Amino acid sequence: MSLPTSQSYQFSQEESRLFLDSIKFMYGYDFTEYAEASVKRRIINFMHVHKIETLQELSKLLLKEESMFEIFIQELSVTVTEMFRDPSFYKSLRENVMSRLATYPVIKVWVAGCATGEEVYSIAILLKEEGLLERSIIYATDINQKSISIAKEGLYAVDNMKSYTSNYNEAGGKKSLSEYYISKYNAVLFDKSLRQNIVFSPHNLTVDKSFNEFQLVICRNVLIYFNQELQNKVINLFHDSLCSFGFLALGNKESLLFTDKKKDFEDIDKKERIFMKIQ
Amino acid sequence: METASDNSFLAIAIGVSAGGLHALIHILSELSADFPIPIIVVQHRGKDYKDLLEQVLQSKCLLHIKQADEKEQIEKGYIYIAPANYHLLIEMNKTFSLTSDVYVKYSRPSIDLLFETAAEAYKRNLLGILLTGASSDGAEGLLEIKRQGGYTIAQDPKTAEYPYMPQAAIAIGAVQNILTLDEIKSYLEEIYERR
Repeated sequence: MSLPTSQSYQFSQEESRLFLDSIKFMYGYDFTEYAEASVKRRIINFMHVHKIETLQELSKLLLKEESMFEIFIQELSVTVTEMFRDPSFYKSLRENVMSRLATYPVIKVWVAGCATGEEVYSIAILLKEEGLLERSIIYATDINQKSISIAKEGLYAVDNMKSYTSNYNEAGGKKSLSEYYISKYNAVLFDKSLRQNIVFSPHNLTVDKSFNEFQLVICRNVLIYFNQELQNKVINLFHDSLCSFGFLALGNKESLLFTDKKKDFEDIDKKERIFMKIQ
Repeated sequence: METASDNSFLAIAIGVSAGGLHALIHILSELSADFPIPIIVVQHRGKDYKDLLEQVLQSKCLLHIKQADEKEQIEKGYIYIAPANYHLLIEMNKTFSLTSDVYVKYSRPSIDLLFETAAEAYKRNLLGILLTGASSDGAEGLLEIKRQGGYTIAQDPKTAEYPYMPQAAIAIGAVQNILTLDEIKSYLEEIYERR
């Protein structure tokens, strides 16, 4: 798959800022605190696919057709992921976090920004192999409703399984990944038993509040799409959502460096960006 | 041939794919540690995020080699390298953004995305350089740099280990100057002399 280049779409970051302000004002969806360059890319991509040439034309169309607006929001907020992305992260989670989670009678995990669910099933498999899945509840949330419905189904293209399998093995998987799914035609369906303790639900990190107390919050490669202010806000939300000595896992290029909660977390694995809440 | 004499560069963006390590070392290794402009490199690389590329370059270069970090301010004295498995974008305030969006031209990091966002952030103060590679990534991005008033150089395909990538950029009229690696190296040294 490939995205178009910005070639025929000339609008400045200033114009796209005004456009996002109007989206926020009209519809309440707030993308104004997203990192600008990537939002702009996505607007361009949407315009390209729908053969729209100017931002004015786009505004008009979104105003006129509600269904178009929904598709637009989906595309602006979509994130891509894979199973066991960064195997060394999962290995570290297995080695450094699972045994501590095992001390809780009920383990609540929040996968924030779960996208199409590949990461959620990866976590479920990890918990299962450590004998913890039965007393775990995984809350998997995303702003994007379409992504969530894909995640709920647990149905994925067979093409990716080869690389997922090698990720799984590298991550210290104890079985064979194929034991967790059945293949049919060009798709694989993940085992129902994995899904039993997963709650899929829409949640918007930019505006929604904390909704439970968790032992582990996983939010990987989501913060990179936000600007520093919003990153800080979301880290505060995670802090509020963790129990004392609960764990926070971020993407391998994300950090707490620019947030005011930096001192409230301790490194569990610096390289894999796994932290523990200490106050 | 068009010249860039009236461009004062604030950043240099380099895109390179197959055969890249050798080409990068050739043009960058001798640049002085007080080179006045930040250099930002997308080298197509595997998903694995070990820092071998950075380590090898650092062992050969005088400038600091640094993997570009999320929200990091872009400064002179550094050669920034795009991390594996992320796109590297430049914001208007001259900081980096990373995304894990879909592959562009089968690549992540994508040269086009770096070039296009750098073109918008730096406008005419950007030098874009496209080197060896077996992909068409970078051509459209280089065209955007040119369109925004920046200056564009491609490695002479005849001398490139993999000629396809610079060729693709030349074919769409994105390139203002076609140079050998030695000539690109001298060009960068002249920028240093003019500092």
